[in-house]
Amino acid sequence: MNSFQQYFYDLAQTHPKWNFIYFYDPTQTDRVIEGFWMTLELSIICVILSVIIGIVGAWVQGAHSKTLRLFMQGYIQFFRNTPPLIQLMFFYFALGQFTPTYSPDGWLEVPIISNVGWAIISLSFFAGAFNVEIFRAGIEAVPESTQEAAEALGMNRLQIYIYIVLPLAFRVTLPALNNNLVNLVKTTTQALAIAVPELLYQMISIYNDYSTAQNACMLFLFFAYFLLVGVLVLGMSRWERKLRIPGYGT
Amino acid sequence: MSNSDWTPEQPLVSIRDVHKSFGELEVLKGVTLDVRQGEVICIIGPSGSGKSTLIRCINALNTIDSGSIKVEGIEVNNPELDKLKLRKNVGMVFQQYNLFPHKTALENVMMAPIKVLKQAPDEVEERARKLIKRVNLVGKENSYPGELSGGQQQRVAIARSLAMNPDVMLFDEVTAALDPETVNEVLLAIKDLAQDGMTCILVTHEMGFAREVADHIYFTDRGVIVEHGPPSTFFTEAKDPRTQEFLSQIL
Repeated sequence: MNSFQQYFYDLAQTHPKWNFIYFYDPTQTDRVIEGFWMTLELSIICVILSVIIGIVGAWVQGAHSKTLRLFMQGYIQFFRNTPPLIQLMFFYFALGQFTPTYSPDGWLEVPIISNVGWAIISLSFFAGAFNVEIFRAGIEAVPESTQEAAEALGMNRLQIYIYIVLPLAFRVTLPALNNNLVNLVKTTTQALAIAVPELLYQMISIYNDYSTAQNACMLFLFFAYFLLVGVLVLGMSRWERKLRIPGYGT
Repeated sequence: MSNSDWTPEQPLVSIRDVHKSFGELEVLKGVTLDVRQGEVICIIGPSGSGKSTLIRCINALNTIDSGSIKVEGIEVNNPELDKLKLRKNVGMVFQQYNLFPHKTALENVMMAPIKVLKQAPDEVEERARKLIKRVNLVGKENSYPGELSGGQQQRVAIARSLAMNPDVMLFDEVTAALDPETVNEVLLAIKDLAQDGMTCILVTHEMGFAREVADHIYFTDRGVIVEHGPPSTFFTEAKDPRTQEFLSQIL
């Protein structure tokens, strides 16, 4: 045991309510690290997927086909008006029953989509629904006349969307997008309900095993999410500054 | 690029009995005119007379209800119109410049040839720099539209259109939104084009300019062409009372 570990070990002896067990018990340290990686993985994948869903969804919202537009509207309403916790459970417990399975050893039947997979799908669709609306607002802020100029230069709808509308809309949407992505990162904790071993899950497991570690675990959770979201917000505002166009907007 | 049955002896733009309504309001009530290659025509008239609508119909930004518009033999009033083919031949400059605000002046000029015509970027850049020089904006290549004056932006917009090597240019009240002191620099750029043989269709309120550069002037009011003629006679020998009234107000 090194002096850092020794310090927290002694602290747990003298102050039993502050048992930072994950700082001196390597098994618990590993659980925290695993949980943190899982949270990071969930966050990064869901952020990327939800932004893609938002961009594609906003494009579909402007489609000529009424069926497509109705479908998109249905998707948004469903995912926006229901709690993410219920969505997670629905995806995993209800839809999970119907997904095909495979057998790695001839005995076990393993579903092709794991609980982590369902969490990623469910959370991405959840945040994606909000992103569609966020991007739509940004797109509506791009002047019709700018798009017309692109049209007059021979660009088709997709080219106008990619080269003109999106880059301009993106700058408008960044603050709102920022908020939604912050919410998404925090919502990943709800994957706990389908036993995804992310940070909250691991921390609860630790203090279920060692009840004296409860305060220390809570403290770590606050600290970890504060930092994680802080990094995201910092990155986003840097990006916002980088994208600022001289002489345009504020 | 153009239809096989079109020859340069025929009008480059041929407009026949064009009708266009926005809901209840009929803005074009049977307009007919021809523009030959190398010709510069000006369309003048009071606000709401359908001038802008007419030239927006030429590159299919607005669709027409009936009649025919042919650009180098390509019929615009056709649901299966190949818009890209049409717009490669027709350049357009707008009243509000409508530059892409997130691109520099040079990038604005280069964008369409690279993305639409898929031309090689170095080749396009070389041409774009020449065009920037032609509109007298050397040194502003890397400025964003928000950093340029209205007149400078409008000249970038002209260069941007020219980068597509169009056969005809449409100018939709391009000086109407400008400060008086920058109007001239834009008009000079257009005049330079016109003298170079570019076919131009202008909607304008600049009568002095129209008189100087136009080969033919059309006066429109309430959706019809009231009177037309070469500038030498148009301004002095207008017969229709509506034309006379308009000219007396504006000159």
